[in-house]
Amino acid sequence: MKTILIISVCNESLHELEFVKPVSNILDELNVKYELKYYKEVINFEEYSHVIICGTSLQDDYFLDGMEYFEWLRKYDGKVLGICAGMQILGLLFGGDITKKTEIGFYMENFPSDFLGVSGKQEVYHLHNNCIHNWKDTGFDVCCVGDGKVAQAVKHEDKEFYGILFHPEIRNKEMVKRFLE
Amino acid sequence: MKLGLLFSGGKDSVLAGFVAKKYGHELSCLISLLSENDYSFMFHTPSVSNVSLQAEAMNIPILVKNTKGEKEIELKDLKSVILKAKKEYDIEGIITGAVLSVYQASRIQRICNDLGLEVFNPLWQKNQENILSELIENKFDVRIVGVFAYPLNKKWLGRKIDKQYIDDVKILNDKYGISIAGEGGEFESFVLDCLFFRKKLIIENYEDYEDGENSCKRELKLGLVDR
Repeated sequence: MKTILIISVCNESLHELEFVKPVSNILDELNVKYELKYYKEVINFEEYSHVIICGTSLQDDYFLDGMEYFEWLRKYDGKVLGICAGMQILGLLFGGDITKKTEIGFYMENFPSDFLGVSGKQEVYHLHNNCIHNWKDTGFDVCCVGDGKVAQAVKHEDKEFYGILFHPEIRNKEMVKRFLE
Repeated sequence: MKLGLLFSGGKDSVLAGFVAKKYGHELSCLISLLSENDYSFMFHTPSVSNVSLQAEAMNIPILVKNTKGEKEIELKDLKSVILKAKKEYDIEGIITGAVLSVYQASRIQRICNDLGLEVFNPLWQKNQENILSELIENKFDVRIVGVFAYPLNKKWLGRKIDKQYIDDVKILNDKYGISIAGEGGEFESFVLDCLFFRKKLIIENYEDYEDGENSCKRELKLGLVDR
């Protein structure tokens, strides 16, 4: 049976209404049970088959000072979806470098092959000031490259770990649904 | 956190401020743009001149900026008034009542990002029926002051958002695709009272304006009384 964990990295809990609730709404629509936890809580990850790490606001990068709370990802063998901040966490943990890149609003991104059920040109909603610019030797394949050669979507070569820089909970909900299948 | 509430006087901005207060944030000031353009790209216009009275009812200072309501000038005016709020009230962020409009939300995000301010959109992507239900649960007195889509007409002006209202608008949603919370600009609202108002507004008089059968506005003449 699927047990899903949604992780918030929001420094201000009010931001969870904007960055976590729209994700949990998708699970509510699917009538799927899930638990919501803050990333600094003590969590027994073995209890969960799927983990979604949500994004946070443009000015909030406090989670970058708490990377030790994500060490569990190295050993975790379930499925992980990192959204925006969550993708940055995956990249940093596996050896990527973070850099400044601001994208806000709708952009067209091109998926050369199927990625969580989408392919071809897709309109996506961006809201970030940072990105991972070097995925070489991280174990992740870059599946979609956007403006300025920014990796927009990555998938781990061996694990079921996915990273998405934009916010699929806004215009690409089917990607979240596909991840849960 | 000390926050400025981007304020139209309608249900979404007041509800967003209410939620921010519930989460322990301080509403340091209200920020209103008075658009001279009825078809403003960013902002509500009906009864917006009454926002100062709402601010008095809330006992929160308000910054009002007039704008011609032209696309890019409006954004410059918004940025200047947010900057003023940052300087005068030392705010660390902005709250908005954005629900679905990526156009509106992303422009405010860019302005605040440039100014180093946080943005909170507590109603973002929220189910529209849930928005109306939350207003009723929290005893908001919200009136319809503008309708702009078929088959809405002047009979809807002045209606209070209550359970009957939700039932009626749901029928129009099924039949005509009218957005339940008016997120498509089908109607506009004005808040007379809610739990965090120190005083409440009462309608002393009103005047209706029609620009076609399905495009009507109500200008409210308001008074302020103890709750």
